[in-house]
Amino acid sequence: MLALKDIWAAELIIETNREVGFEMSNDNSIDQVRQAKRSWIEKALKRPVERQFSDWGHPVDALYTPDDLADSSYTRDIGFPGQYPFVRGVHPTMYLGRTWTMRQYSGYGTAEETNKRYRYLLEQGQTGLSVAFDLPTQIGYDSDDPLAEGEVGKVGVAVDSLKDMEVIFEGISLDKISTSMTINAPAGILLAMYIVVAEKQGIASEKLRGTIQNDILKEYTARGTYIFPPRPSLRLITDIFEYCSKAVPLWNTINVGGYHLREAGCSAVQEIAFSFSNAIAYIDAGLKAGLDIDSFAPRISWIFNTHNKIFEEVAKYRAARKVWAELMRDRYGAKDPKSWMLRFHTQTSGVSLTAQQPENNLIRVAYQALAAVLGGAQSLAACSFDEAHAIPTEKSVRLSLRTQQILAHEAGVTDTVDPLGGSYYVEVLTRKMEDEIKKLMAQIDDMGGAIAAIENGFIQKEIEARAYAIQKEIEGKKRIVVGVNEYKVAEKVDSPLFKFDPEISRKQIQKLADMKASRDGRKVQEALDALKRAAKGEENLMPRFVEAVREYATLGEICNVLREVFGEYHAVGTL
Amino acid sequence: MNRRIRVLAAKPGLDGHDRGVKVICHGLRDAGMEVIYTGLRQTPLQIVTAALQEDADIIALSILSGAHDYLLPKVADLLKERESEHIVLIAGGIIPEEDIPSLKQKGIREVFGPGTTIAEIVDYIKSSLS
Repeated sequence: MLALKDIWAAELIIETNREVGFEMSNDNSIDQVRQAKRSWIEKALKRPVERQFSDWGHPVDALYTPDDLADSSYTRDIGFPGQYPFVRGVHPTMYLGRTWTMRQYSGYGTAEETNKRYRYLLEQGQTGLSVAFDLPTQIGYDSDDPLAEGEVGKVGVAVDSLKDMEVIFEGISLDKISTSMTINAPAGILLAMYIVVAEKQGIASEKLRGTIQNDILKEYTARGTYIFPPRPSLRLITDIFEYCSKAVPLWNTINVGGYHLREAGCSAVQEIAFSFSNAIAYIDAGLKAGLDIDSFAPRISWIFNTHNKIFEEVAKYRAARKVWAELMRDRYGAKDPKSWMLRFHTQTSGVSLTAQQPENNLIRVAYQALAAVLGGAQSLAACSFDEAHAIPTEKSVRLSLRTQQILAHEAGVTDTVDPLGGSYYVEVLTRKMEDEIKKLMAQIDDMGGAIAAIENGFIQKEIEARAYAIQKEIEGKKRIVVGVNEYKVAEKVDSPLFKFDPEISRKQIQKLADMKASRDGRKVQEALDALKRAAKGEENLMPRFVEAVREYATLGEICNVLREVFGEYHAVGTL
Repeated sequence: MNRRIRVLAAKPGLDGHDRGVKVICHGLRDAGMEVIYTGLRQTPLQIVTAALQEDADIIALSILSGAHDYLLPKVADLLKERESEHIVLIAGGIIPEEDIPSLKQKGIREVFGPGTTIAEIVDYIKSSLS
C-alpha cells in the first residue's frame, strides 16, 4: 500500500501544474488584482494591524482577494455538491432536499425517565434519538458492581440487560426513527439488545436505522471508556462490520469521533487528522479480516466538534470531505461513491461553554450551530446552556432544539447549497486546512499508524500540550473568554438546574435483582459459555451477543466473559 | 519548606474526562511542585494508598461525572481512618455549587469549579500548607 506522503506528494506536483484562474474574467487579471491589492495595502493599511492567527496557529491575512486563489481550479479542486471531491457537500441538493437531523444527546437515570424524555423530544419535533449511557454501562459493569457505586444513572441511562432497553424504547416504533448510541467498548452488545427489542416489536433488523459509536481508539486518547486492549477491540469492530453488512445493512456501524479529541484539547486540524488516522486503522483491520472496502466503508459515519471560529469550522468540514474522498478513492481504491462521502453528525463544543454567566452559552451555541450548518452537517446536536453545571433541564434542552429550528426555518441559511463557497477567505482556509490535515496524517502514517501513535503516546502528548497552552493563553488574557477572564460580573447562578434523584441507584439495583430472579439461569449460562468459546476462537461474536442478551444475560456478565478472554487495557502514562 | 510540595492528582471513579486534571498537573509542576498523576478509574482506596505511599501533602481529585457526592467523602473517610488528615484534600470539576457545603463538612477542604486559574490553585495549596 502506498504511504500517504507518496500519494500526496504526487498530488502536489499536479497542483503546481494546474491551470490558472479561479473565476477570473479577462479584463480583471490576477496581475491587476495583485497590483491593486499592493497599492491598497500601501494606501489604506497605513496603520499596522495586529496579526490574527487561526485555531491551529496559522497567520491570517487582513484581507483575501482573487489572487489568493490564483492557482486554484474550480472544477478540479472544488467542484459540485454530491460529486467528488464533495467540498461543497455530500448531497447534490443538501438542505433543499432535506434539512439536517436534529438529534439532541440525552438519557439519564432510569430507563423509565429516559423513555419519558425521548417521547417529549419526539413530540417537540426532534427527528432522531441519541442515547447517553451511564459510565458503568459504557465500561461494561452492572449497576450492582462495586465499581459502579455512585455512578449509576449519572451521565446517562443505566442499562444492565435487555429489560432496560425494552423500557427505554417502549411506545417508540423502531422502524420509524433512527437511533444513535454513544457506546464504544461494548457497542456490539448494546446493538444486539436493540436488535432484539426490534424483534419483539415485530421489526426485522434489516429495517433498523441508527448508529453505534464503536470508535475505541479515541477512548484510549481522549474519552476514557475503554475496556479491552486494542487488538481484541478491533476484532469486535470488524465482527460488527461483517455482521451488519448482511443483517443490519442500514446501520452506521462506526461513528468515528473527532468530537472528543477536540474537547480534550485538539485544534481543528488535529481533530480531523487524528480521527481520520483512527479510521484508517479500522479500515485496515476490516480489510485484513477479508472484508471488501465497499462492503463497510459506506457505513462509516462521523461525529465532529463545531467550535467557536465560524469560518475555520466551515473550512474544516469542506477540507475534511475532500481529504476523505481522496483517501478512500486513491488509497483504498473504493469504487462505490458512497464510500467516498464523509457524512457527519456534529455537536457544538461543550468545552467552550462557561459556568460563568451561563446564558452567554445560548449565544455561543447558536453561532456554533450556524457554523455546523454552513459546513454541511448531516445531523446536529446543540449543547444546552446549563451544561457546565449539570445535566440539561427539559427547558434548556428545548431551547437547544429551538436554536436548530430557528436556523432551519428562519435564518435563510438553507436556501442555497454551501453559501460560503467562493468566499476568498473560506476557500483559502479550506486549502490550508487540507494541507495541514494531510501533513499530520502523513506523520502518523510514518509512525506506523494510529495504534502505534497511541502506544508511543504521541497523540496523547499532542492533545495535552495544546490543552495546557490554551489554559496559559486564557490566564495570560491572550485568549478572551467572555465572562471568565473579561467582562466578569459577580453573580450567583440562579437558573434552575437538573436535580438528580438519589434513589435511582437503589431502584436500578432492585430491578436488576428482580430480573435475575425471573430469567432462566441455565440458558444464560449456556449462552455465556458459547460466547466464551467463540471469543477464544475466531467466529463472529455478534450472533453470540444476540443469543446472550435474548436470554437476559447482563451487560456485566457478557463483558466479564470477554475480560477473561481478552484482558483489560492499561493506559499509557504520559505525565 | 525543605522539600518540594508533593501533590497526588487522581481521577476517582469511572469518569474519563482528564483534560482538566492534566492541565493542572502541568501547571503545578511549572509552579515547582512534584506531581504524581494516578490516571483514570481510581477507587478511593487506591487513591489514599497511593497518597500515603507517595507521602503526598495534597490530594487533588478531578471529577466531572456527578459521582462526587459518593466518591469524594469516601476518600475523606479513608484519610480519617488512616489518621492522615494532615493531607489536604481538594477537588475540582463539574460540582454544583449547592453540593459544596456538604462536601466541605465531610472533609474536602476546597472545591474549584470551571474557570479557576492554575494560579488560584497554586496560591491555595501554598497557603493551606503554611
